[in-house]
Amino acid sequence: MGGAGAMPGSDGRARVQRGPIDVAAELARVTGGTRRVGGVVVFVGLVRDFSQGHAVTKILFEHFAGMAETKLAELRAAAIERFGLIDLVVVHRFGELEPGEQIVLIAAAAEHRAAAFDGCSWCIDELKKSVPIWKKEHAPDGAVWLEAHP
Amino acid sequence: MRLTVRYFALLRERAGVDAEVVAWDGPAPDVGRLREHLAARAPALGEALRSGALLVAVNHEYATAATALRDGDEVAFFPPVSGG
Repeated sequence: MGGAGAMPGSDGRARVQRGPIDVAAELARVTGGTRRVGGVVVFVGLVRDFSQGHAVTKILFEHFAGMAETKLAELRAAAIERFGLIDLVVVHRFGELEPGEQIVLIAAAAEHRAAAFDGCSWCIDELKKSVPIWKKEHAPDGAVWLEAHP
Repeated sequence: MRLTVRYFALLRERAGVDAEVVAWDGPAPDVGRLREHLAARAPALGEALRSGALLVAVNHEYATAATALRDGDEVAFFPPVSGG
């Protein structure tokens, strides 16, 4: 990812927040203002109560405020350009989250479904590699920072 | 020169602080020299700072050990990311 800094025009479409994500509102945001959209693919990542053979009671997400938003905006711009998307929204939560809660939402809007599926999939894969956010998994017998996950 | 150093996740816990200001005398260091200076001060943090998987950002952009530092730079050290 280049060093372009904050992308112009993200306008709330690449952000980090503590509270729940309103899926319907983000769907409206990504399709708003155009009738060209033929399909939107929405990915929502959730906290599981089980990971690598043990129970999970909660996950703490820590982010690098400022850099995380910058990298999300760069990711959004790159996905739009790479897949010819009409728009893309990416929202990641921080703080303590319990099993069943949302972690991240990506909504990719395109004229045709293939680009929307591919753009959404690419975006979550890249997010896991480049955006400075970390998770600490809490289990009944202790907590551990995760350094890599599928 | 003065540098702001920030730590995240496991490194923050090892350092015991979110951030510190480091006063540096003499020729400006690169990221690698700063990292070694910080690592030499505290064993627990040092082990994490010397990890081959360590990531570094200077002024919110990913950097390498060879990245030159200037007065006022913010240098962040953190483990591999694990969001999503």
